[in-house]
Amino acid sequence: MTPQRIVIVGASLAGLNAAEALREAGYDGTLTLVGEEPHAPYDRPPLSKQVLSGWVAANRTRLPRRIALGADWRLGVAAVGLDRERRLVRLADGDETPFDRLVVATGAHARPWPDPGQAALGGVHVLRTCDDAAALVRDLKTARRVLVIGAGFTGCEVASACRARGLATTVVEIGEAPLLPQLGALVADHAKALQIRAGVDLRCGATAAALVGDAGRLAGVRLASGAEIEADVAVVCLGAVRNTDWLAGACLDAGPLGIAIDVHGRALRADGEADPDIFACGDAASAPSALAGGARISVEHWAAAVEQARVVAANIVAPGSQRLDLAPPRFWSMQFGANFKSVGLPPLADEVMLAQGSVESGRFVALYGRAGSLVGILAVNQAQWLPFYERDLLRGGSFPPTYRVVDAPPDAQRQPARFASAAVAGASEPALN
Amino acid sequence: MRVLVDLNKCQLYAQCCFLAPAVFKLEGEEVLSYDPEPDEQLRARVAQAAAACPVSAILVEAPDAEPQP
Repeated sequence: MTPQRIVIVGASLAGLNAAEALREAGYDGTLTLVGEEPHAPYDRPPLSKQVLSGWVAANRTRLPRRIALGADWRLGVAAVGLDRERRLVRLADGDETPFDRLVVATGAHARPWPDPGQAALGGVHVLRTCDDAAALVRDLKTARRVLVIGAGFTGCEVASACRARGLATTVVEIGEAPLLPQLGALVADHAKALQIRAGVDLRCGATAAALVGDAGRLAGVRLASGAEIEADVAVVCLGAVRNTDWLAGACLDAGPLGIAIDVHGRALRADGEADPDIFACGDAASAPSALAGGARISVEHWAAAVEQARVVAANIVAPGSQRLDLAPPRFWSMQFGANFKSVGLPPLADEVMLAQGSVESGRFVALYGRAGSLVGILAVNQAQWLPFYERDLLRGGSFPPTYRVVDAPPDAQRQPARFASAAVAGASEPALN
Repeated sequence: MRVLVDLNKCQLYAQCCFLAPAVFKLEGEEVLSYDPEPDEQLRARVAQAAAACPVSAILVEAPDAEPQP
């Protein structure tokens, strides 16, 4: 049966791309977009960069439209329940929206500081939404010392923006180096050097135990070691929590790891069968990855939201027509004047090696291998070389590579990839990108 | 006007920075920054920048695209 009523829950990058791809594929029925935030779909990566630096206002990153949607927009209203039997979504304002096909693109929210009283202190922030960014920018204008808790991608980018504003900045990271669980020791050591060179007071191997307040405002942080650091602004960058709570009771395979989907983007029921009418994409989805041997992963990258949304739309219009496990994950992060770009899954690796350039020069390509196969690539300030290595990755390239490269380091050695222990990785943080 | 650069695609040819310097700029050898909602009067320059991008990484909203919300 041709669908006539499609509801997309989530009006951010994935939701918008799904809507546009549906119209581009010729779907001409009713299209409803439900968004918890009151804002039109906007782009999040600029929030930790152009917006925090002060160049772009927080409400000026709205996403361009490729096509007129003719959609029924329900913005500022959260979805609070899914009735799979009756095929309808319950909204926070009491409305019920029926559907023939549902796309779940509810994304994730910033993991808050665990102590609600301390989290409520003036000057304590997270960064996920444009409202978060606006509030943080307001506080940065008068800040004397900023504390960043967590050195994942967002934490590193926040610290970079704060230093670019000339603010005294302390980063507290539980692991041995920034980005260690994401990129392994070789690249994490470079990320560490970038921060130190930029004047960040970087405290690795340190745990923030408590935020200390004074008359309702943040005064500083107490570390587990007992040391105290003064700060009047703190940015809690402890990762994201997938927005799947509203699906409780719908008998879907959904939880903290996301909504499990099959290779066509269909949500799996609790019994493991795919629901043919319910799809998911973006940060909320946990999708099978060919690179990970078919295992489901949630990469929470910008590119995954776009690619999955388009595959889901294609499969709604022409069931089973596209697979979503074919494109390798990819992301970028810009921090301290360096452009980190990656394709593949570096965290799968057991070994890493420099393929070209040098860490000292700040321009290099690192290759990640597992059991003799290339599984990931990370380029720092070498964006133009990434497609070359990506072709090798897509061909199932070997590790170490057998070809010769330009600017090969004379003493390139395979070395253990050395990611953080699982316990530390659990506290790490995914990117807005 | 709304603009988006797909920074996964971007390979820092920086043609956009020369053609529309008020909208696209380098903040490091390979760090591209841009204004996602530049003034409408910059449309011609942004269109040139998008057309000149060797990897077609720049998306510019058409003037007749649905602006709201």
